[in-house]
Amino acid sequence: MALLSFERKYRVPGGTLLGGNLFDFWVGPFYVGLFGVTTVFFAVLGTLLIFYGAAMGPTWNPWLISIDPPDVTMGLAFAPLMKGGLWQIITGCAIGAFVSWALREVEICRKLGIGLHVPVAFGVAIFAYVTLVVIRPILMGAWGYAFPYGIFSHLDWVSNTGYTYGNFHYNPVHMVAVTFFFTNVLALSLHGGLILSAANPGKGKVMKTPDHEDTFFRDIIGYSVGTLGIHRLGLLLALNAGFWSAICIVISGTIWFDQWVDWWNWWLNLPIFANVHGGING
Amino acid sequence: MAEYQNIFTQFQVASAPEMGMVEDVDIGNRTKSASYSKLAGWFGNAQLGPIYLGTFGVISLACGAIWFMIIGLWFWRVAGYNPAVFIRDLFWMSLEPPAPEWGLRIPPMDQGGLFLVAGFFFLVSLWTWWLRIYLRAEALGMGKHVAWAFAAALWLVMVLGLIRPVLMGSWSEAVPYGIFPHLDWTNLFSLTYGNLFYNPFHALSIVFLYGSALLFAMHGATILSVTRMGGDRELEQIIDRGTASERAALFWRWTMGFNATMEGIHRWAWWFAILVPITGGIGILLTGTVVDNWYVWAQDHGYAPLN
Repeated sequence: MALLSFERKYRVPGGTLLGGNLFDFWVGPFYVGLFGVTTVFFAVLGTLLIFYGAAMGPTWNPWLISIDPPDVTMGLAFAPLMKGGLWQIITGCAIGAFVSWALREVEICRKLGIGLHVPVAFGVAIFAYVTLVVIRPILMGAWGYAFPYGIFSHLDWVSNTGYTYGNFHYNPVHMVAVTFFFTNVLALSLHGGLILSAANPGKGKVMKTPDHEDTFFRDIIGYSVGTLGIHRLGLLLALNAGFWSAICIVISGTIWFDQWVDWWNWWLNLPIFANVHGGING
Repeated sequence: MAEYQNIFTQFQVASAPEMGMVEDVDIGNRTKSASYSKLAGWFGNAQLGPIYLGTFGVISLACGAIWFMIIGLWFWRVAGYNPAVFIRDLFWMSLEPPAPEWGLRIPPMDQGGLFLVAGFFFLVSLWTWWLRIYLRAEALGMGKHVAWAFAAALWLVMVLGLIRPVLMGSWSEAVPYGIFPHLDWTNLFSLTYGNLFYNPFHALSIVFLYGSALLFAMHGATILSVTRMGGDRELEQIIDRGTASERAALFWRWTMGFNATMEGIHRWAWWFAILVPITGGIGILLTGTVVDNWYVWAQDHGYAPLN
């Protein structure tokens, strides 16, 4: 079941970062490796602790189960299990599992002789998560500033944290992040659509070529970034979306404390037009 | 090691520009020359142009320009024809839809009529652009996947600016044209209808938005990692699988126990991307028409605390 027709010749030993050949084998389709073992350890422990927290908590409604961080008054101290301690251990398990997963990806890349783009990209996602649950809480002096682990409780956290700084849409870095997210969706739909439209021209028609792809885009907008460039562009857009999202929240409450709408006053106060009457801000 | 990561194109070869496939294209409408950009060539193709102008392309660009100029001229009036004020207040300025008391009637130009005129040109511009995309694909004998994806985006635009205002019986429900004003509209929309985070279609839209970033990061990174083996030649790899496709597939199979195919990953991509505006549009359309308060609705349906 697990082996694809061409897979056997790729299943070679070696390429591990740690552990030599100790865990250098597959289980079904999954590669294991030392970091596969640590991934499973952290993931299972973390998941069990979430279930334990749910069992101790007030509800089994999956939408409402929430593992909350310690109260802000506890600062950066270790908390009793039911008062945020579980959240702290689960956070450690999550980071352990994510980093193990990334390192396991590196081992798989080395085994296959391919570039390290995927684990590096995953590293940006890990950075964004760590920013939310470790870096920003430490900078602000309390674990209570991190988000709770629950489906709607984490949405409430986003809402409450956003409105702490007024209308969060006025955060200029949030604007940058949202722009990257939307542009990423646009580019993904164009890339997916372009490949599918060349590969599936309709019944009875011959499949098209990369030259048709270039021609289509040049006809439409006068430029085709090309088969290689679109993947650079997609990776760039996606990673920037995650990266600037992390930046836009880590600056809120650490170097900017007011309503984000007021941040823009520096612009209105530029001496060249600060005292000009008329318009909206005059 | 580093040279295999293929972040930038290290050698640029220039020859006569590619003027494009002909198929059924009326090449009289295609410009006759192309140029090169060394900067663009580091990242992707160096060639700029040619471009196809055609009836619908010209109509679309003209109407888009009129829409843009109407808004700009209104801002110019708001600024009192003072360039300093115009630049200072640009992000704060707004071309607002008619006030609620006008309902679906057409008010005087300076009370929202101009907003409707601008909206009309916006509509024509977007739909003629859709026709352009469809017809360019048709002329080249390609599928219409890009056109249908663009139609998904137009669905969201139509819901925000036309369908929902009509169902609510008032143009005042439409989104204003302005940088900060449209952000204020978004914020107020969520507050008015009881926290949009509890709107399940908003949640789905965000899932697909973030999922699209995840997918493009995964796909872009995977292809870049196998470009050394020619993995970026996706169409060729779809019909004649090479070692690039095999390694890309095995990377994900060994990582997460599942892999897409070279063609299938683009179906995942297309669906994730178009479902962002499709689910988002459904969520907006239901708000205020069917559901008045999403938090109360969530309490009724068992996914918000009952206090």
